[in-house]
Amino acid sequence: MNIIVCVKYVPDATADRHFESDHTVDRAGVPGLLSELDEYAVEQALQLKEKADGEEVTVTALTVGPDEAADAIKKALQMGADKGVHVVDDAIAGSDYVSTSLVLAKAVEKLGAETPVDLVMCGMASTDASGSVVPAMLAEHLDLPQVTLGSVIERQGDQVRIKRDGDTSTEVIGATTPLVLSVTDQSGEARYPSFKGIMAAKKKPLESWSLADIGVDASEVGIEASWTLVESTEERPPRTAGEIVADEDGSGAKALVDFLASKKFI
Amino acid sequence: MSEVLVLVDHVDGKVRKPTLELLTIARRLGEPSAVFIGDAGAADGVAETVKKYGAEKVYVVDDAEIKGYLVAPKAEVLQQLVEKTSAAAVLIPSSAEGKEVGARLAVKTKSGLITDAVDVQEGPVTTQSVFAGNYTVQAKITQGTPIITVKPNSAAPEEAAGAGTVEQFAPSISDSAKKAKIVASQARKASGRPELTEAAIVVSGGRGTGGNFEEVEGFADSLGAAVGASRAAVDSGWKPHAFQVGQTGKVVSPQLYVANGISGAIQHRAGMQTSKTIIAVNKDDEAPIFELVDFGVVGDLHTVLPAATEEITKRKG
Ligand SMILES: Cc1cc2nc3c(=O)[nH]c(=O)nc-3n(C[C@H](O)[C@H](O)[C@H](O)COP(=O)(O)OP(=O)(O)OC[C@H]3O[C@@H](n4cnc5c(N)ncnc54)[C@H](O)[C@@H]3O)c2cc1C
Ligand SMILES: Nc1ncnc2c1ncn2[C@@H]1O[C@H](COP(=O)(O)O)[C@@H](O)[C@H]1O
Repeated sequence: MNIIVCVKYVPDATADRHFESDHTVDRAGVPGLLSELDEYAVEQALQLKEKADGEEVTVTALTVGPDEAADAIKKALQMGADKGVHVVDDAIAGSDYVSTSLVLAKAVEKLGAETPVDLVMCGMASTDASGSVVPAMLAEHLDLPQVTLGSVIERQGDQVRIKRDGDTSTEVIGATTPLVLSVTDQSGEARYPSFKGIMAAKKKPLESWSLADIGVDASEVGIEASWTLVESTEERPPRTAGEIVADEDGSGAKALVDFLASKKFI
Repeated sequence: MSEVLVLVDHVDGKVRKPTLELLTIARRLGEPSAVFIGDAGAADGVAETVKKYGAEKVYVVDDAEIKGYLVAPKAEVLQQLVEKTSAAAVLIPSSAEGKEVGARLAVKTKSGLITDAVDVQEGPVTTQSVFAGNYTVQAKITQGTPIITVKPNSAAPEEAAGAGTVEQFAPSISDSAKKAKIVASQARKASGRPELTEAAIVVSGGRGTGGNFEEVEGFADSLGAAVGASRAAVDSGWKPHAFQVGQTGKVVSPQLYVANGISGAIQHRAGMQTSKTIIAVNKDDEAPIFELVDFGVVGDLHTVLPAATEEITKRKG
């Protein structure tokens, strides 16, 4: 089985994330890492591999991003992915969802030309853009079914089933591979790279592809080709410190209700 | 004036509030047309509701053939309607499903997509709140038909009489759109409380509840609020995941958010930071949640909440 996991390199959410003057996310000035939510996808891919006894399974980590994004691939390799592909090209900077997913789709197609792809796995959302739309777009570009937001992933042969918490119900979704699958943080803790894993990762293949390698024209991507235009980015003024009272002998509850009343909530 | 398509969000034909908000927003951009994909038998009721909020047309797509196939068929329906009507824009509720419908539609129609808008004005120009609510971004779509997913509570629904002309629409759905399927589904028990993402007031509990949500729920009920939870409370099995507020749960933007026994981790803030008024009850006066609040009580929620509930009940008389 051939599994591709899409992993994104994102600015650290605990650092001070901000925008550049051209309204793109500052990806250089803030330390980055493999998007935490994509670790869950890597984990589930590795578990599928471990459960597939006898059958040969290859897990390829794929990223689209700047030079530093190779770090995201390296982390996935340390966790246990077999190989990595990094699509990097100056023209890609500033791409929107549609062009990012196009680049991912073309890279998936190129990987599939060698061995047909069974599963394209994604995180539930990137921690920076958090659109949760790339998996669906990828499925549309590749004309594949999408099975998204799974918290339990099961596979039997070419049948994949997931469980997920819908808005009003809990659902089981089924489809036949090939398909695009996204997993949530409910799917189970992601493993930490072991010392052995870190050493082994150094010898694993990590390819770097340009747009030309995957047959995408530079005019189809990047900020110029973006179908959305950010007109302004504005830092929200910090919330001004509110009133904080200590609860002594029931005074807290009364003060709380007084506040609610002053704001007309009761 | 051109048509603006609004995908109707409903549960078994019962129109949900975000749809009314979307219709209100659609009137700023053109002539609202509601798109109802569901049981044709429920169409009249839906039409009654949406025309009160300005829908001039109601496209009814019977879902007998496509029910259970998730988002791909819905994206095809909208694609065909966009082509038929040369719509000026498509507005979709920003739920997990809505965003995926928008995603596929954007690729199909070669259009730009903006997700999670908290406001949409003429243009259309959208406002989004990003990086856990630390930035406000204004954007527009420069290619194709603007496709915008809009978060609940982005507008106050305003009534306006529309013609509400019902038009049956029979889409042609490809086989490849019918490949992922719901094979089993279990409805969650209704709580009788407002829906988390739609509620005007949300009262949440975290690890500090110690697993006893009764006090949180009692307080919520005294305010007519929805109940939410932190991931720590969900991971402990105290509440189902559908209650989780935060980056990997629901993003809420109510008039009032009350965090009880919740420390205020960045991932939790990502789901509630844009609430209009924020209150916290926490026994640790250094809990980061207090940086956000309009009002805070440093105290034990097990005493503060029952006392506050009693006080509210008393004042309401
Ligand atoms: C990838 C990822 C995604 C995440 N997504 C989310 C998400 O969507 N939503 C989310 O909430 N979290 C999320 N988290 C987890 C988040 O980082 C925090 O761990 C979590 O929010 C903590 O929950 P808590 O505040 O209830 O618990 P804690 O941080 O343990 O805080 C409990 C608080 O309760 C107070 N307390 C204890 N007893 C009492 C009492 N008797 N009365 C009053 N106060 C009391 C304590 O002082 C403390 O401040 C995510 C984490 C990761 C890594
Ligand atoms: N630049 C990227 N490179 C690789 N994978 C990505 C990229 N952007 C998004 N993804 C994948 O798509 C998922 C959803 O991203 P998003 O739609 O941005 O929230 C992520 O969790 C990743 O698995």
